[in-house]
Amino acid sequence: MTLTAAHAKPAPAVLPRGGGVRGALSDLFWRQPRLLLLLMLLPPVLWLGIVYIGSLFALLLQSFFSIDEFSGLINREFTLKTYGDLLQAANLDIILRTVTMAALVTFASAIIAFPIAYYAARYARGRWKALFYLGVMLPLWSSYLVKIYAWKLILAKEGILTWLLAKLHLLWLLDGWLSLPVVGGNSLSVSSTGTFIVFVYVWLPFMILPVQAALERVPGNLVEASSDLGASPGQTFRNVLFPLALPGIVAGSIFTFSLTLGDYIIPQIIGTSRLFIGQAVYSQQGTAGNIPLAAAFTVVPIVIMGFYLWGAKRMGAFDAL
Amino acid sequence: MRSDGSPSAPLGLKIAAAGGLLFLHLPILLIFVYAFTTEEKSFAWPPPGLTMQWFAVTWNRPDVWQALSLSVRVAAISTLVALVLGTLCAAAVSRTRFFGRETISLLVILPIALPGIITGIALRSAFSLAEIPFSFWTIVLGHATFCVVVVYNNAVARFRRTSGSMIEASMDLGADGFQTFRHVVLPNIATALLAGGMLAFALSFDEVIVTTFTAGQQQTLPIWMLEELIRPRQRPVTNVVAMVVVLVTLLPILVAYYLTRDGDQIAGSGK
Repeated sequence: MTLTAAHAKPAPAVLPRGGGVRGALSDLFWRQPRLLLLLMLLPPVLWLGIVYIGSLFALLLQSFFSIDEFSGLINREFTLKTYGDLLQAANLDIILRTVTMAALVTFASAIIAFPIAYYAARYARGRWKALFYLGVMLPLWSSYLVKIYAWKLILAKEGILTWLLAKLHLLWLLDGWLSLPVVGGNSLSVSSTGTFIVFVYVWLPFMILPVQAALERVPGNLVEASSDLGASPGQTFRNVLFPLALPGIVAGSIFTFSLTLGDYIIPQIIGTSRLFIGQAVYSQQGTAGNIPLAAAFTVVPIVIMGFYLWGAKRMGAFDAL
Repeated sequence: MRSDGSPSAPLGLKIAAAGGLLFLHLPILLIFVYAFTTEEKSFAWPPPGLTMQWFAVTWNRPDVWQALSLSVRVAAISTLVALVLGTLCAAAVSRTRFFGRETISLLVILPIALPGIITGIALRSAFSLAEIPFSFWTIVLGHATFCVVVVYNNAVARFRRTSGSMIEASMDLGADGFQTFRHVVLPNIATALLAGGMLAFALSFDEVIVTTFTAGQQQTLPIWMLEELIRPRQRPVTNVVAMVVVLVTLLPILVAYYLTRDGDQIAGSGK
């Protein structure tokens, strides 16, 4: 493909030498490759360094300020008081709830993703392989809000899921589940179960891709050797496939975990009124106007992800990305 | 994973894989049915009747058009910025080894590795510290920052496959640096850049979390949708917009896939 592009308009074998400023510049870059490198790196590093890292520092800085409880004004003096506020029972509750949800979502995504990734890596060939790839890629890139909206349609009380369960005479199952204390609610679209389902749905492709990448690298004859040596399929999975797929699963879990920690739109649209970290950040900086506390809240996922990435790197997960 | 004979998969695996794929696709297909429903007040299933009237209603809504136009303009400018920055960065990182090279790739990936809400609130607090008022450009600033990584990923993968000896051959034949770039490097990376650009466009067009922090009172299409999700005004219009958004984002993904399918296998892995 690249060759045809180059041949489409045949250039003369030896191009005329550019003179003037252009030639001088070209010679300069040839003699000083470091200069060219510097010029190439300068714009992106300036942009990301100033816009992004600068903003992150501004945020971090704000988390050491505090808010005056009477006037509502931000007091720009160094203090750890805001971090102390984070340890209040209500706030700890929010953090614990979010981390639990992130862990559950990660676990469920891994279970659903594995068969898809394994089939695509080991059995799908040619056209089917492309189909599997697109089958994961399209939902991944489809609009995030549209996906949430679709689930609002599905989980609504009058929606398709209730209809389907009624047809199957299984409504008692749904009602029983919804009457449970923590996971239940008035309908699925205002329950933690609903939040969980939508999280799993939206982040699932992020798990499938790295797991598949890890499984692609497992030679097929390894699995055959295992069964030739008398291992049952279960034993082969436990002792051969799973350990080799683990870096991929960890790599995928970085996405599912981090994305769940920071999301505030899914629990706001589908879920209970109990807050998640993202919602707490959003309401603290918006309606409450308490930017220091919002900033301190965002430090929580950053720290958790920092440890997570450190552990993942030690497990070799980055090679599977 | 390769094996010589192609054995047939166990039935259980087939069912689990097919079930997983159906789980991924059925909800999106449902959107297409709801765009035609006659029901206005609820999400009742099955739809009591089918109609085309909501397409006309949506067509005549100025707020939808304004949001769409803002989204397209933001996505176009952000993609352009990301193309320039991402390509420069990829060229530098893949051609030479230098001190801090790993840091540069981390710097590019960070805006997408950290949750969007962190990027969003960080930008917002920076704007408020620097007293920059919200505008079209504050949205672009945020979008371009996380679009760089998509272009960068595609370009780096292509640079890796492009052999350095071609550049040396071009220089040996007397081309200067600019001619080499124009006649050798650019034709080689063009499709990767196009694919990266498409994906960056799709990413920006769909972004909502960072945008809520950097847009102020302006409405991009995703913000418009978010408003409708929280406080529904006219559900059928939302249904139609949702369907159009699915179709609009489908196209760049398919094109990007066909542009990069031989070898890179990277088209989406940057999201």
